[in-house]
Amino acid sequence: MINAEEGVFFLTGKDFTNAGAASSSLKGVLEKRGVPQDIIRRTAIAAFEAEMNVIIYAVAGMMKYRISNTEISVTIQDMGQGIPNIDLAMTEGYSTAPDYIREMGFGSGMGLPNIKKSTDHFVINSMVGEGTTLEFTIRLANGDKERA
Amino acid sequence: MNLQEIVNRLSLEVKTPGLDLTREVTGGYVSDLLSDVMGNSSGGNIWITLQIHLNIVAVASLKGLAGIILVNNRRPDEDTLKRAVAENIPVMTSALPTFELVGRLYALGLRCR
Repeated sequence: MINAEEGVFFLTGKDFTNAGAASSSLKGVLEKRGVPQDIIRRTAIAAFEAEMNVIIYAVAGMMKYRISNTEISVTIQDMGQGIPNIDLAMTEGYSTAPDYIREMGFGSGMGLPNIKKSTDHFVINSMVGEGTTLEFTIRLANGDKERA
Repeated sequence: MNLQEIVNRLSLEVKTPGLDLTREVTGGYVSDLLSDVMGNSSGGNIWITLQIHLNIVAVASLKGLAGIILVNNRRPDEDTLKRAVAENIPVMTSALPTFELVGRLYALGLRCR
């Protein structure tokens, strides 16, 4: 039995130099805890996509995580433009990213679907003009999602 | 097949000196869309892309990829290489365009898996 642990990383909009750092740190925490590789990979996918959304679309945000013996839960909250239509945003291929973002290989409209596919539970709440909060959970008890 | 063999067989130029190239390559994945690579590549894959900015290193590191090959003699940014060395992600370049390079990797026995 290992104790639950939690932490927070701060994210800055448009800071592409450090993009992915929070997700890497979270991955490091999971590795140190001896979490199975496939669960680490799924968490890394979801965390990275959520982190990039903050970098690309928001002014600032934070990634909070909590790891218990049964699950990893992550909340990414941002101060940003918000999402007017979440169903549309969840549609694979739909993106509002500007051209320079797309040229970097981001903004392909696969981020939110990737998060959904990689996690056991995923909710997204958004207020236009205020920001977006995204929460996902990955179960540790049984790795029953095959996608790594 | 390990990375060093691929480097030798395809005359790749290694841009990240000092990194261990004996790591096993499990397969290959080709994409210039980072979310595609995040979602669909597998750990241990070699990633073929034309993206040269430093965020490719984060993707490769998070997914546990074996390395990155840049096509068409694309020159990686200095920041990319520094980050790649720090994160232990080998970056190689090839003069070949993607189609040719991937064809040769396939002929060497690599698959998408």
